[in-house]
This record gives sequence, structure tokens and C-alpha cells, in this order.
Amino acid sequence: MYTQSLNEPSSRPVEALDDAERLARFQARIDAEEKIEPKDWMPDAYRQTLIRQISQHAHSEIVGMLPEGNWISRAPSLMRKSILIAKVQDEGGHGAYLYSAAETLGVSRAELIEQLLSGRAKYSSIFNYPTPTWADTAAIGWLVDGAAIMNQIPLCRCSYGPYARAMVRVCKEESFHQRQGYHAMLSLARGTPSQRRMAQDALNRWWWPALMMFGPPDTASHHTGLSVKWKIKRFTNDELRQKFVDFTVPQAEFLGLTVPDPVLRKGDDGHYITGALDWSEFNAVLKGNGPCNAERLRERRTAHDDGAWVREAAIAHAAKRSARAVA
Amino acid sequence: MSQTQDWPLFEIFVRAKSGLDHKHVGSLHAADAAMAIEHARDLYTRREEGVSLWVVKSSDIVASDPRDSDALFTPAADKIYRHPTFYDIPKEVETL
Ligand SMILES: [Fe+2]
Ligand SMILES: [Fe+2]
Repeated sequence: MYTQSLNEPSSRPVEALDDAERLARFQARIDAEEKIEPKDWMPDAYRQTLIRQISQHAHSEIVGMLPEGNWISRAPSLMRKSILIAKVQDEGGHGAYLYSAAETLGVSRAELIEQLLSGRAKYSSIFNYPTPTWADTAAIGWLVDGAAIMNQIPLCRCSYGPYARAMVRVCKEESFHQRQGYHAMLSLARGTPSQRRMAQDALNRWWWPALMMFGPPDTASHHTGLSVKWKIKRFTNDELRQKFVDFTVPQAEFLGLTVPDPVLRKGDDGHYITGALDWSEFNAVLKGNGPCNAERLRERRTAHDDGAWVREAAIAHAAKRSARAVA
Repeated sequence: MSQTQDWPLFEIFVRAKSGLDHKHVGSLHAADAAMAIEHARDLYTRREEGVSLWVVKSSDIVASDPRDSDALFTPAADKIYRHPTFYDIPKEVETL
């Protein structure tokens, strides 16, 4: 709702407050756990950080529809197919909630889509891995949505109101995603030997990429400092990753599957200690050299181009109808 | 790549069940109000979250300015006599 009003030139005299004072007031509001709303004053760096983070998040939801969408037509039963369609539709919805939240910061939807399609914007590197078997959709729900939930729950308390509210809506739906994934994984794990092999193979391929979803280690992360101060981020990458590992390893054990980490062990403090993550792979995928980067963008561009006539026709139809209503 | 203009933005209000107010839930783009209702149904009520929808073009909403907040809203803070708790009534007086 706020996009237009933000773009309007202000009719009032420039406020007498200088930036330092406004910044201090802004930080005091954040420290008091007040939410910042679209028309409130905010430092430009806060606005830019949020636009970047929320739009990347939105792009991830949209691109994330592709790897699983790959299996809708070949789901093993009508029930699994209905579930998968509902899940993929939810992801499209998450993208829409998040684009709307980003737009309250004064950026247009068309601009954001253009950034994605031109390849300038980033999205979660996890979606650049392929889904060659049915077990991949199960592993994605369990591990990828599971990691996403870890990241997203603290964002429900993010200092920016529209983002926090969008995340509350998203998190309510994510729980279904993770549970349906684990349920599908459980069916495979309790199935025939070849189904078990398929489940293990999917875990082997998704485990490390899922751990990398939390982003670079704290020692190498550039964005964490200010984001923590501004309460956009509440936990560090490593803290969230640790929590995910602690939750997930026992779930894998229950499935009777082996986490593909030969040095994984439980520490004296009850937390699991994993082997080293291969960040060179993460960076390569992020830079565009993952197995499916080119394919994902190509598919998004095709979908966007194929839909152009629909968008134009709908506008023409709406214009005709409103002209008729006036006449 | 064709660069069409965004469809207009609509604000969406959902009545969760009869007896409750319509509540703002977010926004979406649609070519017109009829399409906004259809999109709102798909986007905001996939799990029985509502029984009624309002859609309003965002550009038609007039909002107060946060810079006016003090002038608009703080005067109420020193009018505590507007609250029932301001009045000390002897215990003997019942049902008041
Ligand atoms: Fe999602
Ligand atoms: Fe999800």
C-alpha cells in the first residue's frame, strides 16, 4: 500500500533534524523492539539491505518452484501429486508475499523481476542442484524446507514490519512442506531395497548443500554485523546451521539413513560436530557455475516471456471494461 | 524479454469468519478489482483463512503521515480521565 505514497514528493519543509539525530532515534526504536513501518524514516542502508534481502528471498521462492515442479507430472500417486502441487503453489505464494513486502520499500515489482531475469540478482544456491529422482522432492521438503524454517522463524521478529508479517504467513505454511517431505522420505526408507537406496542417494546429494543454505561461516560473512544491530538478523549463520544439524541428524537416524559425513559425531555439550564444508563449491554455485544455474534462469525467462501476452491482454481487457462502465 | 508495466497494486482485507472485522493481510497486483479478488482468493485464503474479501486499489488509500503522529495521537495520553480507572469509587458502591 505504501509504494505510491513513498514515491510522492514530500510537500513539507525539510525536517530540522540532522541525520545523526534521526539515526539515533531510529536505533532507539529498534533497540526497544519497535517495528519500523514503510513510511517511517529509515537510514538508506537499512532500506537497501532489506530490499536486497527480501527480493533475494522472493526470487528463491520463485526459482524454488522449478526443481520440484519437475516431478509434478510424475509423482508416484495421486495423493503425492496433490501434495506436491499444493506445496509448489505455496512457494509461488511466498514469492508473492515477499515481493509485496519489498515493494513497500519503494522498489517496483517489474524492477525486481528484471533483476532476477537478467541474472543480476542472487537467489538461494540450493535451487541450482538437479532433481533426478522422486526421492529428491522428499529430501527437498525435509532438508531444504527444514533449513529454510530455521532461517525464517527468527525473521518473523525482524524489525521491519511488512517483512516480519510476510514471514509469519510463510512459516505457517513451511511446516507442512517439511512434514510432507519427511513423510515421503519415510515411505521410501520403509520401502523396497531400491527405494531405500534412492532415499540414501538423495540424502547424500542434499545434505551438504542444505548445510550451506545458512550462508558462509561467521568468520567470513560481511552482512552479519549491521543486520544484527538492526534486528533484521537475530542469529548468526553458524548458530542456525548448528541448530539445524542438531535437529536433523536424529531424524536421519530414525529413517535408518546415513548422514554422508564420516567424521560427524556428538560433542560433549550434546551438539553435533560436522566435517568441514566445501565452500569452494558453494561459491562456484553462487557465481553461476552450479549444475542448473543456466537452466533455471532459462526456464524463468521462458515462463515470463510466454506470459507477456496474458499480462498485456488483461490490462487491455480491464481498460475496455472500465471505459464501458464510464460510458 | 518484454518489459510490461506492473498491474496496479491492490490492498487485500480478509474477514476470517463472520462476526469479525476485515483485516489487512497484504497486497498483490491485478489488472482490475475482479482479478484482485480472484488472486486474493488464491494467495491469502488457501487454507480457509477467510469467508469474505475486500480489495482496494493501493493508490486510493489515504494514510496519515508518521511525522504527524505526535500531533494526532499523543494528546490522548494526558486525558486519563477518559478511562474508567481514573475514578476512585468507594467500595460500598457496587455494580459500577
Ligand atoms: Fe517457501
Ligand atoms: Fe517451502
